[in-house]
Amino acid sequence: MKRWLHPGFWLVFVLVVILGLWPIFLKNAATREVGFTILLAITMAVSLNIIMGYTGYVSFGHVVFYGLGGYVGMYLLNSMDASLPVAVLGGGAAAGLLAFLLGKAILRLRGAYFALVTIGVNEAMRTFISNFKPFGGPTGIELQFSIYKPYGGPAQALWLTYYAVAAISIFAVVFSYFVKSSKFGLGLMSIREDEDAAEVLGIVTPDVKTMAFVFSAILPGMLGVLFFFKNGNVEPRDAFRLGFSIESLVMIMLGGQGTLLGPVIGALGYQRLRGLLLTSNLMIGSWALKDFQLVISGILMLLIILFIPSGLIGWLKQRIPALRRVLL
Amino acid sequence: MTILLSLRGVSKRFGGLQALSKITFDLPQGQILGLIGPNGAGKTTLFNAINGVFPATGGHIIFRDKDVTHFKPYELAKMGMARTHQIVRPLNELSVRENIMVGACFGHENQDISNAAKIADEVMEFVGLMVRADQLAGSLNVAQKKRLEMARALAAHPVLLLLDEVLAGLNSSEIDNMIQTVLKIREQGITIIMIEHLMKAVMNVSDRIVVLDYGMQIAEGSPEAIVNDPKVIEAYLGDPRLAERLLEEE
Repeated sequence: MKRWLHPGFWLVFVLVVILGLWPIFLKNAATREVGFTILLAITMAVSLNIIMGYTGYVSFGHVVFYGLGGYVGMYLLNSMDASLPVAVLGGGAAAGLLAFLLGKAILRLRGAYFALVTIGVNEAMRTFISNFKPFGGPTGIELQFSIYKPYGGPAQALWLTYYAVAAISIFAVVFSYFVKSSKFGLGLMSIREDEDAAEVLGIVTPDVKTMAFVFSAILPGMLGVLFFFKNGNVEPRDAFRLGFSIESLVMIMLGGQGTLLGPVIGALGYQRLRGLLLTSNLMIGSWALKDFQLVISGILMLLIILFIPSGLIGWLKQRIPALRRVLL
Repeated sequence: MTILLSLRGVSKRFGGLQALSKITFDLPQGQILGLIGPNGAGKTTLFNAINGVFPATGGHIIFRDKDVTHFKPYELAKMGMARTHQIVRPLNELSVRENIMVGACFGHENQDISNAAKIADEVMEFVGLMVRADQLAGSLNVAQKKRLEMARALAAHPVLLLLDEVLAGLNSSEIDNMIQTVLKIREQGITIIMIEHLMKAVMNVSDRIVVLDYGMQIAEGSPEAIVNDPKVIEAYLGDPRLAERLLEEE
């Protein structure tokens, strides 16, 4: 097919593959951890971009899929003796199912109302899980050390989760391009531009929107399983952290929503910045700044909305027409 | 002669406002029906009822032998109905070609993306937008956006086309162009309902005309009959004999 020859796709693909392979070649645990966070952020941003950038529905509480997927996966690992691949698929399926049910209910809301409801859903889910005994209530689920044995012990299991996240992030980018260049994607973008006109043109908007929401939820659900498997435990506070949702939004807006490359560049840039801020121990006098990266992300979001609403890639495409053919 | 669209006592109420009352007419396949009336008469509301944007609150709409009164716009689009908007609604951030492909992809024929691109090229040639193909739709001027609306509707290869004031805001050479385009569309066998204020155009292209005033159907007939109908003249110009009547009453 001709569309797989587009240079814009290969640019993104090669970038993510290099990012994924880099710690594997260095065989360095510290690099692997940096790579893990970056690839996690890229996959989150690329997935969220399907509903937010392509379809124009801002899912503010998108972390709910990550959290629920993580919980379901941890439950499968801990209580059902499932293997990691089964748990990962289970987490993705749970997230997809939640998105399907939610989509039927709340995707008829538009604009700010939809965004607000997604925050509410995340808060409601956190409260529910905090009181849900099979998932450990407020203390969550903690994995036994012996869980890691079949994967060659904890050290080897860390590498295994890294390979899995790298594979998922590469898949995310390929899938995102597949959606963007397909008939389905054309429908999504029509909905973003003018939903009423899209309906008149024959797009079955309720179904198409729900499908986009499901597609944007499955990979975050799988990531949740991998992250908490690596972490060893999951708690409601960590799983449904709204800050993570907002950071994903900032990454997309930084790079350019609705583009293929934008979320990847945005996630990479934001994670590098966040890493710097987390490790540099910022102090004002004797007062240490906690969660300072959230302050920066707030300021970034404000600046982007004010000055470059189309993000870095969108801005480049507007400024340099020659790049329009190359960047996607 | 088969009847493509048939309205049976179609009414529409918005709260306390009766926007349409008991509109009834038949539209045979292949004809052009002109829909005229003063501002606020309910013409666009009637379009919205026919194509499901604001479903009728009374009566029945039969399209291709099916009662479609409560169908959604996308269901009607799949059945072969297409429309243009009076206030143009381009998909701004998509290119002209992509806009037209949307019509082909999701409308009547449900084409796949590569066929849609071919159809888009044909339609752009037909309405004269070929040179703008890769421009963003938001950057077109009004006349071009009106053509884009029409192209998007045509790309679906519809059986019924609803044209909502495609001539408004165009200059006279653009109007002549557009009228030629409408006649060419009819030659392809597409049935058309057109709302138009420009009498010269409506009278020339329509086979039949329906006149609305305050949501009521005040006249229906051939263009010649309509121009001489006293009710129509009254709706547009006021009662021509009003002065005489007042004098008589003195």
